[in-house]
Amino acid sequence: MTKIMEQKIEPQQLVLTKQDFESDQMVKWCPGCGDHAILKSVENVFPLVGEQMGYKKEEFVVVSGIGCSSRFPYYMNTYGIHGIHGRAAALAMGIKLTNPKLSVWLISGDGDSMAIGGNHFIHIARRNPDVNYLMFNNKIYGLTKGQYSPTTPKGQKTKTSPQGSFEPPFNPGELVIGARGKFFARTIDTNLKLMQEVFLAAALHHGTSIVEILQNCVIFNNKIHALITGKDTKEDNQILLEAGQPMLFGKNKEKGLVLEGTSLKVVKLGENGITEADILVHDPTTEDAGIHMMLASMAPPELPAALGVIRAVKSETLEDAVWNSVEHEKEVSPYKTVDDLLNSGNTWKVE
Amino acid sequence: MTIKKDKVVELEAAVIRFAGDSGDGMQLTGSLFSDSTAFAGNDFATFPDFPSEIRAPQGTVSGVSGFQIHFGHKSIHTTGDLADVLVAMNPASLKANLIWAKRDAIIIVDIDAFTEKNLEKAGWESNPLEDNMLIGHLVIQAPVSNMTREAVRELDLDNKSALKSKNMFALGIIFYLFNRDYTKTYSFFETKFKKNPVIIEANKKVLEAGFNYAETLEAFTNTFRIEKASLRKGHYRNVTGNLATAWGLLAASERSGRNIYLGSYPITPATDILQELAKHKQFTCITQQAEDEIAGVVSTIGGSFAGALAITTTSGPGLSLKSEAIGLAVITELPMVIVDVQRGGPSTGLPTKSEQSDLMQALYGRNGEAPVIVMAATSASDAFYSAYEAAKLAMEHMTPVILLTDGSIGNGSEVFKIPKVADLPEIIPPIVKANDPDYKPYKRDPDKLSRQWAIPGTAGLRHRLGGLEKEDISGNVSQDPLNHEKMTYLRQEKVDRVANFIPTLKVEGDEKGGLLVVGWGSTHGVLITAVEELRAEGKSVSLAHFKHIMPLPRNVNEVFSNYDKIIVCEINMGQFANYLRMTHPEFKYEQYNKVQGLPFMVSELKTKLDTFLND
Repeated sequence: MTKIMEQKIEPQQLVLTKQDFESDQMVKWCPGCGDHAILKSVENVFPLVGEQMGYKKEEFVVVSGIGCSSRFPYYMNTYGIHGIHGRAAALAMGIKLTNPKLSVWLISGDGDSMAIGGNHFIHIARRNPDVNYLMFNNKIYGLTKGQYSPTTPKGQKTKTSPQGSFEPPFNPGELVIGARGKFFARTIDTNLKLMQEVFLAAALHHGTSIVEILQNCVIFNNKIHALITGKDTKEDNQILLEAGQPMLFGKNKEKGLVLEGTSLKVVKLGENGITEADILVHDPTTEDAGIHMMLASMAPPELPAALGVIRAVKSETLEDAVWNSVEHEKEVSPYKTVDDLLNSGNTWKVE
Repeated sequence: MTIKKDKVVELEAAVIRFAGDSGDGMQLTGSLFSDSTAFAGNDFATFPDFPSEIRAPQGTVSGVSGFQIHFGHKSIHTTGDLADVLVAMNPASLKANLIWAKRDAIIIVDIDAFTEKNLEKAGWESNPLEDNMLIGHLVIQAPVSNMTREAVRELDLDNKSALKSKNMFALGIIFYLFNRDYTKTYSFFETKFKKNPVIIEANKKVLEAGFNYAETLEAFTNTFRIEKASLRKGHYRNVTGNLATAWGLLAASERSGRNIYLGSYPITPATDILQELAKHKQFTCITQQAEDEIAGVVSTIGGSFAGALAITTTSGPGLSLKSEAIGLAVITELPMVIVDVQRGGPSTGLPTKSEQSDLMQALYGRNGEAPVIVMAATSASDAFYSAYEAAKLAMEHMTPVILLTDGSIGNGSEVFKIPKVADLPEIIPPIVKANDPDYKPYKRDPDKLSRQWAIPGTAGLRHRLGGLEKEDISGNVSQDPLNHEKMTYLRQEKVDRVANFIPTLKVEGDEKGGLLVVGWGSTHGVLITAVEELRAEGKSVSLAHFKHIMPLPRNVNEVFSNYDKIIVCEINMGQFANYLRMTHPEFKYEQYNKVQGLPFMVSELKTKLDTFLND
């Protein structure tokens, strides 16, 4: 079952560098766009992925749909394919199933993944091919210049919601977990270190790894994540989850999360006799998605937004299941060649 | 069919139509008779006619399922106009199928099913067996249900289980009528019901009972025999068009060394291809049942990018959904085979009926200037060769190919001479070797104008493809106006030049003069039968039948200019005729069209062609 995985983990002699993945094409995102930092992080992570998982530089494939983020493949020196709107998950699945030895990266946005590609999004999460899915969530349509997306908060005024959006938004993490996805992480475009850690964790996870990147669209939705990312507000409004560690946050890690009844609640250490021992300890590996779902749902101001790897559960990948079946059928099938098949069953001879 | 007394009458050919309720097992009965026909050495073609509902209300006309077989001593090109023998298992099936029986056809009915209630459900105002409705027919009123129950009495089956094999009683009667050895069918029961010996026994007993009933009845004053067909030496089997399509693709995979990736979504009448290919993982044939038609085709493009023989299968509504993605395959110039098993449209239309009405959609149904190769299989067995060629052209010319088949050949079956895969033409995909210093993503082959296939994982060939317009040669994103025009023309010319790699158009009939009948795709069998019969009557009629539509064969002008009149016959409102008017406007095209979800009948074609000849 792990045959394919084992093949990949052979150590590699050649050391890859960031320069191996930099493209000679002009990067045409707006100055100040969060995408630049994401691109840099990915270029930094690929050599680490190569080193730790044994991928050669020609074994990386970057796939995308449509939107600002989806220009990404053109800005990387890898094999790449820029698809059509919403369908990158299907492209990635076809590539990975055809050649499981490739490291497949999917770049998409909130419009691409949550609206036109919503169907493919839930199905890739369910099927679990080993694809690293980076979803840039800026809660707006950027490339078409400022319409509300399925993640735009209700009430927000945009070009197509001049009275304020009437629609409740999706939370991508809830969708992933609802679709029985095995890996969900969240990061922000202003934290290069965290991005690289999360991207590497996504790569190392064997299965579909969906990463939501809170990305800022400087032109059409500037500061949409300010509460979570702002210098003055971030300490109280984000929590970095680490496996095996208590869920603490705040400037001096003085706050923590506890389970009260069926809900998460913020408590302060030292208040009402609360000690670190009372705080929930993060375990991303539990099959039971209950706490993961609550963590993915958290949003300020009531609760801090969860960052880091929220869920990472081992499960057989689609391509391992399919290719193991191929190997099995090769052994048991009576048809070794197509000629065998053509001549099988009811045939007759004319002399 | 003329009946003479007390003997075995030799026939050239015959048509049998089995009809019953959708749950009566008529498709199985038909296919078992087909197997027996193959064994008897006849040439044959079959055509199922079933409703789109799985089990429409029992006993109603909308729930009737039929299966027609045309078999003979000579070459059989059609599934037959009208039946010589009609088996009707209930009043509804008689009602629905009487129009498909010849005036003097033998009609075999299950008299036990002709109850007042069933007659009413079927909408008969009076019992057709008792009024003059069936005058001219030999009607065999067999107590099929009762005798079936009787035959299996000692097996202690409940009534429902017992009646399940009543179709075998009918088959037994037909086996007697055509002098077939019914014991040959036993092995089928033994395989199919391996886990249930009682059911094996029941089917055997009922089949035998049907045969014996017919023999002792003495209602048939004679039986029939059809001599072996004079088929060419070789191994034969029976194939449906969908099976042949799947196998042609497997052969192309083996011959080209490219594994199959197939992404498809179930849709009638194309699903059988997905189901068949899903069985053959041993050939490293990867099939993925996608979440929708779009994911099917897009994952196929992913498979193609990653180096697979990439295939998606669908029917008309699915082709509509795939349009945008096919455009992506056009601009990325990746090989892909899109099989469209056409059905009646628009929208959901007639899912289980056949039509040739997706031609314009296949040719032009995409945004932008988006040419693809369009081909059409001409028969169930030709679907094997057409699918093989579609895969060859797609990979060698680096382009999507739409292969049109339709419900009539997808579900219809005929005799297939089994080829050797090694005898099929070579397939050499233009795969780039690692570290080729001359590789450029959009550098083209000087003859074909195809770009090369640089497969991810290969060292030294990293490149980006995508839906944005690309600069000639380098493949970088480009918005340059003149580059876009150049690339637009290059994509068209690449497809046009395929004409140099496909056979020229051959005419069946006279080289010159008279009427040229033009058809394409699945109508070949019925058109050639009509043309041959008219020629036998001394009329100057010839057939030019098209398998390659985009591009057309390079000698169309030359061929068309040899005839006085041209008539284009197709199962739509005239899409191919209009395409010819556009591509070859120097000729005048008459049309003969039928859009009833049914194939042409030889008789109606002959009448039409004859009238047109004399105009």
